[in-house]
Amino acid sequence: MAIQDYLRQRYFPHMWCPGCGHGTILNSLLRAIEELEIEKNDLVITSGIGCSARISGYVDFHSLHTMHGRALPCATGVKLSRPHLNVIVPMGDGDALAIGGNHFIHAARRNIDITAIVMNNRIYGMTGGQFSPLSGPGVNATTAPYKTIDNSFDTVKLAIAAGASFVARSTAYHAQESTDILKKAIQHKGFSVVEILSQCPTHYGRKNKEGDAASMLEFHKKNTARIGSKALEKNPDLTPRGIFVDVDTPEYCAEYEKIIAVASKEKM
Amino acid sequence: MARQKLKEIVIDRSWCKGCGICVHFCPTKVLEIDANEKSVAVRPEDCICCKMCELRCPDLAITVLIDQGEDNEK
Amino acid sequence: MKNKIKFIQGNEACVEGALYAGIDFFAGYPITPSTEIMEHLARRLPERGGKFIQMEDEIASMCAIIGASLTGRKSMTATSGPGFSLKQEAIGYACMTEIPCVIANVQRGGPSTGNPTHVSQGDVNQARWGTHGDHSIIALTASNHQDVFAMTVDAFNLAETYRTPVILLLDEAVGHMREKLIVPEEGELEIVDRLRTALGRDVDYHPYLPREDGRLPMSDFGGEHRFNVTGLFHDMWGFPSNNPKVINELLRHLVDKIENNVQAITRYKEHCLDDAEYILVSYGSSARSAIHLAKSRRNRGEKIGVLELQSLWPFPTELVREKCSNAKAVLVVEMNMGQVLAQVKAAVEKPDRVFLANRIDGKLITPSDIKKLLRVIQGRGV
Repeated sequence: MAIQDYLRQRYFPHMWCPGCGHGTILNSLLRAIEELEIEKNDLVITSGIGCSARISGYVDFHSLHTMHGRALPCATGVKLSRPHLNVIVPMGDGDALAIGGNHFIHAARRNIDITAIVMNNRIYGMTGGQFSPLSGPGVNATTAPYKTIDNSFDTVKLAIAAGASFVARSTAYHAQESTDILKKAIQHKGFSVVEILSQCPTHYGRKNKEGDAASMLEFHKKNTARIGSKALEKNPDLTPRGIFVDVDTPEYCAEYEKIIAVASKEKM
Repeated sequence: MARQKLKEIVIDRSWCKGCGICVHFCPTKVLEIDANEKSVAVRPEDCICCKMCELRCPDLAITVLIDQGEDNEK
Repeated sequence: MKNKIKFIQGNEACVEGALYAGIDFFAGYPITPSTEIMEHLARRLPERGGKFIQMEDEIASMCAIIGASLTGRKSMTATSGPGFSLKQEAIGYACMTEIPCVIANVQRGGPSTGNPTHVSQGDVNQARWGTHGDHSIIALTASNHQDVFAMTVDAFNLAETYRTPVILLLDEAVGHMREKLIVPEEGELEIVDRLRTALGRDVDYHPYLPREDGRLPMSDFGGEHRFNVTGLFHDMWGFPSNNPKVINELLRHLVDKIENNVQAITRYKEHCLDDAEYILVSYGSSARSAIHLAKSRRNRGEKIGVLELQSLWPFPTELVREKCSNAKAVLVVEMNMGQVLAQVKAAVEKPDRVFLANRIDGKLITPSDIKKLLRVIQGRGV
């Protein structure tokens, strides 16, 4: 099957700007799903609000386009109700970690079997370029005309601290790597977080003189390095990529089945 | 493994938004943006079938078709 | 099996009703005075293979029941004022996406943190207009445990029938009071199950194309039909649209499916109403005092009756007008500053003969509170 077969093609071309990294992430995600041979009917995509969230409408799965920041609790309801379904939640950086921050850490804490993808372009794109909790200090944004003074979250460290049992990072430049990581994340039993650095040439690139989409991708290439690589050893300021955590810890839905077993026995 | 041979680079022109990512990163400079701001394979004979254009295309508009000829069966 | 007689809290009667209606999924967050609902369901749901989850906040609880309902599960959450405020965004989402679910709001005093352990009925208007934008909503209420049970069953039934969130507006007094409940036998009360599409795998299913009767057959997430659900205005496939025709038709459908069925949705009780000269319109725990007063005055020959409303939204305007048409005066008995009063005044022919008998200090309104006002209206002194 071609990856286009996983799309609701009548809604293409999609609404993302030219060179938006989110399209590449969709591309990588569909390849992962194709390689895993997941049945369309066994997959639920749940998203929130923002550019990233539009993914759900484009894919030919069960798709749930919810409210800003609320994709994970909605997905939690889906997953706990029907644990056999694969549930994937693509989110933007503001969606996942500002308005949805509380849901993010608690979904990780529960270790519920959901794959959360943080498509981090460091900006609120849909509303026209406001800084996000992942912008970090020194960034130009419409709501930071004198540059940002806000520190950013480290998505990977936050996810690990909150209890996610699979945590990884890649970039839109590293498309094949993203696919490989997403495959493992989807297969992982537990809460998986995959941060994929994306690019918003329209609202971030232009304002911050990072050039067009291609030069923003060059930035991903130059400023990141695989965990354990020589490059990272030589220059620890680079953003590490790869799988940081992949552990087998009790998964929420499986644990709840045990509760049902105990409760229904007590009843009898 | 024998070197893969290109059959065709299919570009859906109605989906392509001409961002230039495929052009910029093509290792053998096969692609260009044409006057209509769409990607087009101008030197397909140089293609090494790395598929990076297809994998990175944010518009999901590119498919690199590889010749499944005898050479590639080995 | 024999009827089970229980002596329990109203919140537990709500749990019994939910179980009877076939609840599969509950998500909640602790809040006084509704917490007992979640505590009891935490024990009872897994006994029968259902799912219970304590979420990180009120918003998440509302979201989780939306997700669960989409997979075909009968779902519910419970809360009180501050939590009800937080849930409003997702309640609007459930209205827009037509996802059946039940939200119990055991009312306490507000605004803000207000008066957590005392009774109020201040959320009537919030139930109607708490979420933004034009929409319609169903809200039920009850004054005693047998009715709490029945209205909870009805809430699930109406949610399924109209594919809409249904608000169960209880209050602290009813929620925490203990009295008898006789659990009906199986089959005694009607249970409405989800209307599912009969279309097969390869037939184009339109999740948002209403049938002629306005109902929309659903398909469970994980089932044969894949479709999109979005809080944006959407076409019959559920895909976002800003086509003016699509927006116009969807919004009208969301409102009409409820407002055109006021009669079918209306629930009420009459107490000594037939020849009543003075009518007390009330609901929830206030109605207990109203009924008590009416009965005791009847014994002394006064023609007083009670119209007890059990559905507040859509407001039963026609019913109130008809029942109150011959009354010398109407007293709306409620524990707020006149939220149902405004509806009653708008409904009747002589709004200047409608008065408010209320109490807003966290204490349950008493029969003598009502009687004092009644005496003034009757011209019989204070």
